Amino acid sequence: MENRGLIKVDLIFETIDSGKVLSKAFRMSNDEIIKEILDSGLRGRGGAGFPTGMKWKFTAAEKDQEKYIVCNADEGEPGTFKDREILDRVAYKVFGGMAIAGKAIGSKKGYVYLRGEYRFLLPQLYTELDKFHKLIKEIGYDFSIEFRMGSGAYICGEESALFESIEGFRGEPRNKPPYPTTCGVFNKPTSINNVETLVTAMMIIEKSAAEYVKLGTQDSRGSKVFSISGDTPTPGIFELELGMTVGEFVAEFGDGDTKAVQVGGASGFCVPRKKFDETIIGFEGVPTGGSMKLFNSSRSMYNVLHNYLDFFTEESCGQCTPCRVGCQQLLLGIEKVKKGEMKSVYLNELVKLADTMKVASKCGLGQSVGNAFKSIVENFREEIIY
Amino acid sequence: MINLKINDQHVNVPEGTTVLNAAKELGINIPTLCNHKDLCVAGNCRVCVVEQKGARTLIAACAMPASEGMEIYTNSLKVRNARKHIVELLLSEHKSDCTKCYKNQKCELQRLANEYSFGEEVFLDLTEEVKYKIDRSSPSFIKDDSKCIRCQRCVRTCSQLQQVSAIAVANKGSHQKISSFHDRPMSHVVCTNCGQCVNRCPTGALVEKTYIDLVWDAIYDSDKHVVVQTAPAVRVALGEDLGYDPGERVTGKMVTALKQLGFDSVLDTDFTADLTIMEEGTELLTRLKKALVDGDKEISLPMFTSCSPGWIKFIEHKYPKLLNNLSTCKSPQQMFGALSKTYFAQKRNIDPSKIVSVSIMPCTAKKYEADRPEMRSSGYKDVDYVLTTRELAVMVKQAGIDFRNLEETKYDSVMGDSTGAAVIFGATGGVMEAALRTAYEIVTGREVPFKNLNIAPVRGMDGVKEATVKIEGTTEDWNFLEGAELKVAIAHGLVNANKIARAVAEGKASYHFIEIMACPGGCIGGGGQPIPTNMEIRQKRMEAIYSEDENLPLRKSHENPEVIAIYNDFLTKPNSHKSHELLHTHYVERESY
Repeated sequence: MENRGLIKVDLIFETIDSGKVLSKAFRMSNDEIIKEILDSGLRGRGGAGFPTGMKWKFTAAEKDQEKYIVCNADEGEPGTFKDREILDRVAYKVFGGMAIAGKAIGSKKGYVYLRGEYRFLLPQLYTELDKFHKLIKEIGYDFSIEFRMGSGAYICGEESALFESIEGFRGEPRNKPPYPTTCGVFNKPTSINNVETLVTAMMIIEKSAAEYVKLGTQDSRGSKVFSISGDTPTPGIFELELGMTVGEFVAEFGDGDTKAVQVGGASGFCVPRKKFDETIIGFEGVPTGGSMKLFNSSRSMYNVLHNYLDFFTEESCGQCTPCRVGCQQLLLGIEKVKKGEMKSVYLNELVKLADTMKVASKCGLGQSVGNAFKSIVENFREEIIY
Repeated sequence: MINLKINDQHVNVPEGTTVLNAAKELGINIPTLCNHKDLCVAGNCRVCVVEQKGARTLIAACAMPASEGMEIYTNSLKVRNARKHIVELLLSEHKSDCTKCYKNQKCELQRLANEYSFGEEVFLDLTEEVKYKIDRSSPSFIKDDSKCIRCQRCVRTCSQLQQVSAIAVANKGSHQKISSFHDRPMSHVVCTNCGQCVNRCPTGALVEKTYIDLVWDAIYDSDKHVVVQTAPAVRVALGEDLGYDPGERVTGKMVTALKQLGFDSVLDTDFTADLTIMEEGTELLTRLKKALVDGDKEISLPMFTSCSPGWIKFIEHKYPKLLNNLSTCKSPQQMFGALSKTYFAQKRNIDPSKIVSVSIMPCTAKKYEADRPEMRSSGYKDVDYVLTTRELAVMVKQAGIDFRNLEETKYDSVMGDSTGAAVIFGATGGVMEAALRTAYEIVTGREVPFKNLNIAPVRGMDGVKEATVKIEGTTEDWNFLEGAELKVAIAHGLVNANKIARAVAEGKASYHFIEIMACPGGCIGGGGQPIPTNMEIRQKRMEAIYSEDENLPLRKSHENPEVIAIYNDFLTKPNSHKSHELLHTHYVERESY
């Protein structure tokens, strides 16, 4: 499919008749729902991009009587704030998406794991949840949802650490396998999906996969919500069709002096100006959970990188060696290079370390620290050293 | 069966086997650090990463189950580079003052460094950035965070094996550390001083508090008479630190070594183990009589054994309401200590103020026990210094003794005689078996009705064991027990102790007598035993204990001639006034966090 440039759409926040969509979904068989989601090409909107239909299919295939749907609302990636907006404006679609997912995998129970900092949303979310439970009852379906609060740890957005946290333990990632689809929360088969993924799934059931695939590209179907911040005249939440280039994005949202865009938050990639036009925002290029941060020429990329590394040094759970110690070494390393206490070639050693962290860390956090580190050091080496 | 390839060699393994163990089948060694045979998989040190063909990342061999058709490379360039980095990273957060470290040459990180890191350090020294705390508050061990590499073996030990959780992971990222409740000193939390964490720590972050130099000082002080006692479990494990295979008994050589080290009297804790049976057995029978015949409602049953100081501290913290159920008997170590400065001093005509009482224990909690205020009934500190099995091995090496070629000699007297019943105190179920051998005979006048006196139901490694002994043909004094079924239970490892204690606290247990040992396997698996200690090794030590028992001429505590003599000459009879003064005590309630 051709790239059609930057196109704004309005699907996620569009008002729909929840009862109608849910009734339709509950009349469908499990397989029909899963097939529709598979056909839509929907991939997880949290950033990792695992095909949602596959996740549901695997969980549905488990024989266990008890299964769970978990909505990952621990939106912690720096520069991401779209789930907050979704929960604020269309929480009923999140709950609806969970019910549909529940129907697909054979689960009667869902948890929303809400970021600690979003506690202020709780009163209105409870009101919405009451309405949802009433609606579900009217339709004559059995599905309920509970909230669980995070306490501010970034790592608890990692699915297995999130399960540990729900279960009341210290939020630390588990070894995989087993994967959540076979052994998730309370050691039961679990489908864990991002807030936006669930809303999108409901939208696909409403409009059909055939409609949905008209948007986006082969690898990145549909549209998604972007959290846009940094040096931009128009910061905020925008829903855009997938498949545009960074160049097209910058043309719309940049301030005319954009030198780099951090796509995907602290764990994402830094795209420098010279690569704007060749880089597609999507799974074929740079994937993102929605965070788009623009930097203009007044910004020091050393400070940007230092800030990210500081963040990871703090937010690593500390469990595995490459991540716990690696983050500290990267941070201290660039500080010493900047001060001239270490030679600039030490950066090469640090790049190798970042590669080790990518392949040897236990979970996605440690594995993605190298993304920002390498893309900034490789593209802005001068700024790091001098 | 699962068929996979490791380094291009085929191997078949049962489903559920980890890649690490599959590699072992082929004789391929993958280095590990956080992994320990006694503990659940953690997969957090990442030292064991290997390459799986087709996988995006490396995988942790300890945590990854083998799957059909898997192709694994354990020594590819990618693996070596990552492993070297990981070892370097660990070294960068570990205070590497190896030459001054108690674990020098016994440190698992040092061994890895030897293999993967030489020449200049790759990374920056992070230990300079942090102010570490060294916690010396416990008399049993030292916790030095600057040596900690966060493998969490200690945390898993404390929660899974012991269900104490005195230590846990606190904070995250660069601030992550192993800490106690509110970061209190270890002496002020629920820690039982069992030392299981010390036994499993791969580095010098957790080590026993050593008293070796103080003992040398005493030995070289010509004014002092230094008495040493050795616990039953030491003789079946000491060899491991001196080049022997697990399960080899070195009793005679150990005695010779102790004499060569310069101890003035080399005596045996087994003697007071036998004495414990007399005191504790009598206490049990008395409690049963008071409860059953006199209808005394004040009597607490079931009665728990009180030999294990880790267990004592556990019950003080977690089940203070059950303190009356504890036998009032001191542990054999403390009975020995009290008698060394009274009975022994009298017999040998030595001024008790000149006696230094040293004990060699498989245990770190014994160091704490010796320091307890309750343990001064001789008028002095009953036991002055406690050394672990490991520390004794260090002393033997320091003295340049050729242990393997030593003659075997016998313990000195008095307080050096023992029976097989005392030896088996070292294994879980042993105190129970010894007690039954004697109590049954007291009550019926006949030997306990088990072949060769081996009471099989109380032996073995099951976490909780139960047995019922029917008492028949009682003598006249004990005919109130005629036909009674004596119900006993045994637990080892505090996770199992907790199960029984809870059942008792909830009134759901119908036992009369319960033996509890804090450490898995009993004292043979004690925190002060040679490293490594694991299930296989505990099993071997246990077999050695029972063979030592079978090879002794006397196998019932009440037949120990020195025990008979001490009652005739000094204590008059079990549970006498004198016994109570020296050999019994009471414990205290403590906070539960």
